[in-house]
Amino acid sequence: MTGVVDPVGPLRSSEEITTGFPVAGAPRFESIDAVRQGLAGVDYLADDGISGVVFLADRLAKPVLVEGPAGTGKTELAKSVARLTGSRLIRLQCYEGLDESKALYEWNYKKQLLRIQADSGQSWEELEDNIFSEEFLLTRPLLEAIRSPEPVVLLVDEVDRVELETEALLLEILSEYQVSIPELGTVRATQIPLVFLTSNNTRELSEALKRRCLYLHIDYPKLDRERAIIETRVPGISQSLADQVARIVRSIRTLDLKKDPSVSETLDWARTLVVLGVESIDVEQARDTLHILLKYQTDIERAAKELAGVESPD
Amino acid sequence: MLDLLTGFVGELRAAGIPVSLTEHLDAAEAMRHVPIEDREALKYTLGASLVKSSAHWRAYETAFEIYFSLRGPEYRIDGDQDGAGELETDDAGRMNGQGRQQGQGRGRGSGGGEGMTPEELADLLYKALLGANDAMVAAVARQAVTRYAGMEAGRPVGGTYYLYRTLRNLDLDGVLERLMSEARSSTRALNDDLSTSAEAPPVTLTSLEERLLRDEFQARIDQLRAEIENEIRRRLVADRGSEALAKSLRKPLPEDIDVMHATRDELVALRKALVPLSRKLAVRLARKRRHGRKGPLDFRSTVRHSLSTGGVPVDPKFRYPRPSKPEIVVIADISGSVASFARFTLHLVHAISSQFSKVRSFVFIDGIDEVSRFFDRVDDPTDAVQRINTEADVIWVDGHSDYGHAFTVFWERWGEEITPRSSVLLLGDARNNYHASQAWVIKELRARARHVYWLNPEPRAYWNSGDSIVGEYAVHCDDVVECRTLRQLEQFVGNLA
Repeated sequence: MTGVVDPVGPLRSSEEITTGFPVAGAPRFESIDAVRQGLAGVDYLADDGISGVVFLADRLAKPVLVEGPAGTGKTELAKSVARLTGSRLIRLQCYEGLDESKALYEWNYKKQLLRIQADSGQSWEELEDNIFSEEFLLTRPLLEAIRSPEPVVLLVDEVDRVELETEALLLEILSEYQVSIPELGTVRATQIPLVFLTSNNTRELSEALKRRCLYLHIDYPKLDRERAIIETRVPGISQSLADQVARIVRSIRTLDLKKDPSVSETLDWARTLVVLGVESIDVEQARDTLHILLKYQTDIERAAKELAGVESPD
Repeated sequence: MLDLLTGFVGELRAAGIPVSLTEHLDAAEAMRHVPIEDREALKYTLGASLVKSSAHWRAYETAFEIYFSLRGPEYRIDGDQDGAGELETDDAGRMNGQGRQQGQGRGRGSGGGEGMTPEELADLLYKALLGANDAMVAAVARQAVTRYAGMEAGRPVGGTYYLYRTLRNLDLDGVLERLMSEARSSTRALNDDLSTSAEAPPVTLTSLEERLLRDEFQARIDQLRAEIENEIRRRLVADRGSEALAKSLRKPLPEDIDVMHATRDELVALRKALVPLSRKLAVRLARKRRHGRKGPLDFRSTVRHSLSTGGVPVDPKFRYPRPSKPEIVVIADISGSVASFARFTLHLVHAISSQFSKVRSFVFIDGIDEVSRFFDRVDDPTDAVQRINTEADVIWVDGHSDYGHAFTVFWERWGEEITPRSSVLLLGDARNNYHASQAWVIKELRARARHVYWLNPEPRAYWNSGDSIVGEYAVHCDDVVECRTLRQLEQFVGNLA
């Protein structure tokens, strides 16, 4: 067992008791700019908001709740931070019906049964102590993240999919970085992991959860940033084409569509154009490939009509 | 600095953003780690700890700009350094003073100087927009505010007044057209060059390129507008101090915007807020229906299960709950004054139509028409609401609201179909243009239907003033509800289902 297990109850350092904040480990980042450059080094182009919040999350030892439309790079952010800091990425994909035994830990019943059958000479007290030990504990992502001796980035993906009641599972680990197991005691983290929670905002998260997190809203990028993203993520794209793609996507986003094209769809589109050997987009090509960018038939028709445009007055 | 933060948090709470004590502590902690001189970083880090919903970001941003605005001598409204005799001097003198100071302070020789003519300023603006030169745009914004807004120290006018004055003088639409025609002619010139030199295919601005160019310029103009707004705000802060200003510039949260008096931008924000709102409401109602109550005692099942415990009914069984879903009939006034409110309500009711056994909608001005068909087999109510505007047949005589006539026709044509399972929602301000009220229809409806509610988007204080006759209808309704914001609307619909 690598995590600190304290059967009596969580002991805290004096600093933690006085301030009430979990004590952050050695800072991972020098400054906000260092975060931005580091992320750019792993091909993630962060804006002021993103890099600022990541920096702060490390300093304050707080989880980050990332919200925003689908496909704007929420999950990618967690992955990139893991790459940047050289940490292991532990991912918990949320879904309706997720429970303790899948998120936190579970006792290995079969092994416990075998243990009881295999050894008959022991008294019950000895046996009981024995079968509720770490040997019989199956760790699930959340416990795994705080027990891990090496640095970890924990990604709790699509947290809005679990029921309101299940959110409570997360609260202890998010604020104290510890897990209480009734039979065993409290497992505290040896190192504070960086935690990212993503949400597509399909329902309002509980106040308790929000209060414990820093909040980051990632929206569609501005023109310049989107162009830069296309250039870094699509190999072999010419600058003029990247510029054109970014501008067309911006124009499409100003239309009132059911689903705006996301960054990942923009990248797919740019890749397609590169593969097709397109140097500069005209209306025909745009119309033929729009289905990569947009996923609703009505949206496609609408955008095609808009892009073809009304003829200019002169 | 802590005092400033406390004041700032107070302002956020006053604006309706819930900020808990822990979040306040977090923000204070965050400020220790971020260089104070990096304003953008400060804005995002404070935002990350204080604001926990993207819908609240706009309100937060406004408050931040006010509380942590750039301050300095160049933002004083009375640009003259001598100060005292300033208010007596004429406008021109003030503008020169300001201009000179800017020229010195910022080293922007071309923009500063001894006051420019309007033509020079327009020209500069045009160049700044064409070249996408951010610094120049900012400088132009400053100049324009100095020149056109006519700001006076201590004058109790809102920022929008100054903004309007500045924008009117700049004529941004005209600028956009000029930019476009310039772009067109430059391609044409290029074209001429090419055709004389070689056999190259003619280069024309395709409609696609034209569209992109227009969007590009539009974005730059929006940037200019934002810049002007910032500039005005900065000067107002310098004049009046943050707290006084925060109160007058406070932007309501989307759910608190008064639907009837929303500006265009606010309507966009409202529309954006409506989609997640209806989705959340549907989830909440479905959950309420699933859990919550139990059905009546299932006697037979209880007795059968009691056999395993020797005939003692230890574990009572209940019937599966089948709460009946209400049937909704919406009758909405869509005349100009209350149109947007009706649209939002129809949108919301249809978005959660799965929570009702049936939804029927009718719209009227002085004629009345059923519009339920537009919502059939449509995933997204937005399209349907659009179609109502264009296709519904609601004009009878002159297109002024006539509640009495609309209700009478409704009673004649559809009155039979109202059953004791129906809840009737009437939407409108009951401003009847002095026609007959025909309130007996509501009385008849009340006798047939389960409930009759009236939703009025006007503030309660205005009811029954002028040609509003909501009181005449109110006596026959179960309840008349003031419903001016999305929050109130959500609450009402939530209680209904």
